[in-house]
Amino acid sequence: MHVHFLDPYHNGTSLIHQLDPRVKLVFTLAFIVTASLLPFGAWAAYILLLAIVFSVELLSDLGIRYVLKRAFLATPFVLAAFPLIFTVPGVPLFSFSIGPWTLTVTLEGVERLLSIAFKSWVAVQMAIVLAATTSFPQLLQAMRGIGIPRLLVAIIGLMWRYIFVLADEVLRLLRARAARSGASPEIGKRVGGSIAWRARTTGGMAGNLMMRGFERGDRIYAAMSARGYDGEVRAFPLPPVPRIQWLGLGGAVIVLLLILSLGILLTR
Amino acid sequence: MLFAPLSPPQMHIPDGFLSLGIALGLWIVTIIVIAISLQRVSKDLGPRQVPMMGVVAAAIFAGQMLNFPVAGGTSGHLLGAALATILLGPYAAVLVMTCVLGVQALLFQDGGLLALGANIFNMGIVGVVVTHFVYRTVRNLGGGKPWTIFVGGFLSAWLSVVCGALITALELALSGTTPANIAIPAMGGIHVLIGLGEGLITAGALAFLYVTRPDLLKIGEEKPAGSGIWLAGLVIAVAIAIASPLASSFPDGLEWVAEQQGFLTNAQNAPYHIIPDYVFPGIQNEALATIVAGIVGTLIVGGVAFGIAYARRNRSATTNYETIAK
Repeated sequence: MHVHFLDPYHNGTSLIHQLDPRVKLVFTLAFIVTASLLPFGAWAAYILLLAIVFSVELLSDLGIRYVLKRAFLATPFVLAAFPLIFTVPGVPLFSFSIGPWTLTVTLEGVERLLSIAFKSWVAVQMAIVLAATTSFPQLLQAMRGIGIPRLLVAIIGLMWRYIFVLADEVLRLLRARAARSGASPEIGKRVGGSIAWRARTTGGMAGNLMMRGFERGDRIYAAMSARGYDGEVRAFPLPPVPRIQWLGLGGAVIVLLLILSLGILLTR
Repeated sequence: MLFAPLSPPQMHIPDGFLSLGIALGLWIVTIIVIAISLQRVSKDLGPRQVPMMGVVAAAIFAGQMLNFPVAGGTSGHLLGAALATILLGPYAAVLVMTCVLGVQALLFQDGGLLALGANIFNMGIVGVVVTHFVYRTVRNLGGGKPWTIFVGGFLSAWLSVVCGALITALELALSGTTPANIAIPAMGGIHVLIGLGEGLITAGALAFLYVTRPDLLKIGEEKPAGSGIWLAGLVIAVAIAIASPLASSFPDGLEWVAEQQGFLTNAQNAPYHIIPDYVFPGIQNEALATIVAGIVGTLIVGGVAFGIAYARRNRSATTNYETIAK
């Protein structure tokens, strides 16, 4: 079993795929910062952001459905903000009692919870589009373009190269454990040792994985040295960003600024 | 299909949950720590280290798929910050965790991009520093005997998870995203249990390596990091221990809401004056301010300690550990 399908990149030739990766990364970051800066309850501005992210999804040939499906990954975190509907002071909507306590849901609390959830939802969609339309080498290029140190980019590049190999190792370890573990047909009957014993087994697997990682790292280093690696990470200079894309990025950032001002004005 | 086991329930904060000030402030701290780590790693460690760190980062990423059933459909997971710190030493571990969390955010939307600085801080930096502090302390108190590897590994892994979760809860509370008196006990309580899984797996992994490749356990120790990180670990641990109960000992959240009800009915005549206020009204201001002060103090002391560590390098580290051992 191989885990190639782990890679979120979707091959394509759409307008979004062809954009310079640095432009895409900077725009994504600007979009997420805008979403974060918008005040709570600026619904008109939120809808504009949603319109932007939907248009980008359509332009990228990914389809809105694909992105929405992936965006569900981030939903459980909304629970963390859930108590806000009770604790933010404001106009009470309704109250109910649990035992000795009375809980009051306030309009402001609900508004704040929905705002946080919505902002997070549009931000995660834009990040999904970035990952799905930019291949990993291009992302590395973009990281260098925005000034991430070369050593760090080199480690990330090597990491990505071996993630698939080591994920396969993990699948082999898991398969081996499953193969030597018995299961009882009797429903609810627990087989195997105590929780500490299971943890110990899993710990052995983790240690095994680290050992394999270290040994593979040694072999990779030997192979790199044989090909002339001397500890210095070298890279080709990055090609310049086409001027039209610079203009496009500038225009997009201005639009985001306008949306941001609109959001702030609306909630004044 | 594989996404589910690859992203176990962790504390990756998505975008939109942190106020911009907190997100950017933690980015700055994170960038400074990464810069120091990069400098130390490229100076102290040989060329062998770049491919090694890449592969270990991949192993940590893949190792997060490892789990074992606990009860009722829940399972114990490996997060890996503690294991990376013990095997690679703190500086390399910070870089490895940065790469793991960066790839998770950029490619799998596990945690936001603007929130990435905070996530690296919570799970990478705090995890690494706390692990280093606890593991070195236990190792030295026990006179470097073999059992200290497993006890130190278990305790440091457990505490690294608990501290990371409490810091996350504090950040969310300071951002006005979640009330402190609910988030801190909840996050802390859950992660006290999740951390046990992490601790047991880490100790198991160290036991395996102790038998098969004891030389690997020495790599991290040959490069003791400097008293600064040890001190920073102490300060962070103490700060969390003080700040969390303080923040969560506000009047019980639900009771407090009930108290507010009277106030709320009075305030009804001006319902649209509400604009989001990042601070909790009334009594809570004071306590929150104390926590802010605590965290800022911790960061300053941590920064100073890193600076001292950087200036004094390895020599002071060994002496410091010896004094602790005595």
